[in-house]
Amino acid sequence: MTAPAIRIDDLRVVRGGALVLPGLSCEVAAGSVTGLLGPSGSGKSTLMRAIVGVQKVAGGSVAVLGHPAGSAALRTRVGYMTQAPSVYGDLTVRENLVFFGGVLGQPKETVERVLTDVALHEHGTRVVSSLSGGERARVSLAAALLGEPSLLVLDEPTVGLDPVLRRDLWELFHRLALQSATLLVSSHVMDEADRCDALLLLREGRLLAQATPSELRARTGERDLDAAFLRLVESGA
Amino acid sequence: MSTQVTLAVALRVLRQLRHDPRTIALALGVPCMLMLILQQLFGRSSPVFQQVGTPLLGLFPFVTMFLVTSITMLRERTSGTLERLMTTPLHKVDLLAGYGIAFALLAVVQVILVSALAFGLLGLEVAGPKWLVVALAVANAVLGSTLGLFVSAFAQTEFQAVQFMPAVVFPQILLCGLFVAREEMADWLRVISAFLPLTYAYDALARTADDRLDARFAFDVAVVCASIVLAVALGAATLRRRTE
Ligand SMILES: Nc1ncnc2c1ncn2[C@@H]1O[C@H](COP(=O)(O)OP(=O)(O)OP(=O)(O)O)[C@@H](O)[C@H]1O
Ligand SMILES: [Mg+2]
Repeated sequence: MTAPAIRIDDLRVVRGGALVLPGLSCEVAAGSVTGLLGPSGSGKSTLMRAIVGVQKVAGGSVAVLGHPAGSAALRTRVGYMTQAPSVYGDLTVRENLVFFGGVLGQPKETVERVLTDVALHEHGTRVVSSLSGGERARVSLAAALLGEPSLLVLDEPTVGLDPVLRRDLWELFHRLALQSATLLVSSHVMDEADRCDALLLLREGRLLAQATPSELRARTGERDLDAAFLRLVESGA
Repeated sequence: MSTQVTLAVALRVLRQLRHDPRTIALALGVPCMLMLILQQLFGRSSPVFQQVGTPLLGLFPFVTMFLVTSITMLRERTSGTLERLMTTPLHKVDLLAGYGIAFALLAVVQVILVSALAFGLLGLEVAGPKWLVVALAVANAVLGSTLGLFVSAFAQTEFQAVQFMPAVVFPQILLCGLFVAREEMADWLRVISAFLPLTYAYDALARTADDRLDARFAFDVAVVCASIVLAVALGAATLRRRTE
């Protein structure tokens, strides 16, 4: 077994005076596509922010690729897509990517590659604020792909996309994992859970289960992942 | 710190401006319009126009760049792009310097336009070198930009950011010596004005207009430069990699 890409030990996070993550421990295997699932407000985005090192933490430790989360050594190796598209609405798609690529020291060809990856090649000269919500989200995703990161942390990357695009993106995620990247992907949609190698189920900031989709089915006796998840959430209450 | 990243930031800010021609038109046109009004109001050879014209010319960029930077930076904070940048190798200083370079360039164009109008057509006279007025105006633009960046940390919305302009800039303009000479102010106001960077920016411009480039002028310039450094440090302190 290789070392895990992410190792979290007793992570505690306080936001707005509330204990959002009251002591979370888990691991994400290197080279896997791991799904992070849980109800709205369960702390998925908070956990991801802690992993990429932008979240103030109250205690515990987060190790990413063998370094403390957020350390300088990780900044070229971790790609992060925030839940709300974090790109400049007043720039074109290509100008956005050229900028973020420049910050990461990437050549211009990389921009064209990621544009193709997210199927936005024809929209390179469009101003981002004129794009649809799903298109804008894909620009944000493309920016996260720029540095050929070893770890990709994607906060709901497929929300609002049609089934064809969703399938294409999940194929891309697995292709990247084959090229030895690790992906942590949050989602609300259970049919996406089935596309993950491993799942982390969160509820109110606690880890409800860490399992593969088939283990989850076996444990709950449900065929349907939606039903399995509901059963877990309710039995854990 | 990396020059490549700094230039990437500067180029990006300039591209954002290019997509917003109305802002450019306003930034370049409004100072010219105000200068014209001032000249028409008092008359070409009136002492008021001659006395107030040069300092105002040098203080416009401070106000413009303060506003433009605080709004641009606030957007960066609220749109999540700052959060994304904080996960990249970008250093805080790269961001600050990139902003400074981009808005200083805009200020150069702004000041050259309004100078050409004021010195060329409107008959504004300066005894000292005109290039010095332009240089001081650009330094004021950088000061405004860095201060705007700093105060943007205290605004949650664009409404609040806009209100910081009168709150931070107007008192400085009132107290800098432009309206009432500092010697004639109430003691407590004079004490306050001694701590405001625009007081020194104004004094340097007024001395250039009179060609009194003495030790006091050098001190003024030094204080303006030190204020820029201080504002950069304060601005850097508000850029946190980790937030709540
Ligand atoms: N900026 C903030 N300040 C204070 N509390 C916050 C902040 N952001 C989130 N929270 C709180 O932290 C908790 C976890 O939020 P988080 O965004 O991590 O949830 P999530 O699982 O990502 O939800 P969603 O699926 O809706 O995106 C919620 O109770 C939320 O109200
Ligand atoms: Mg979320």
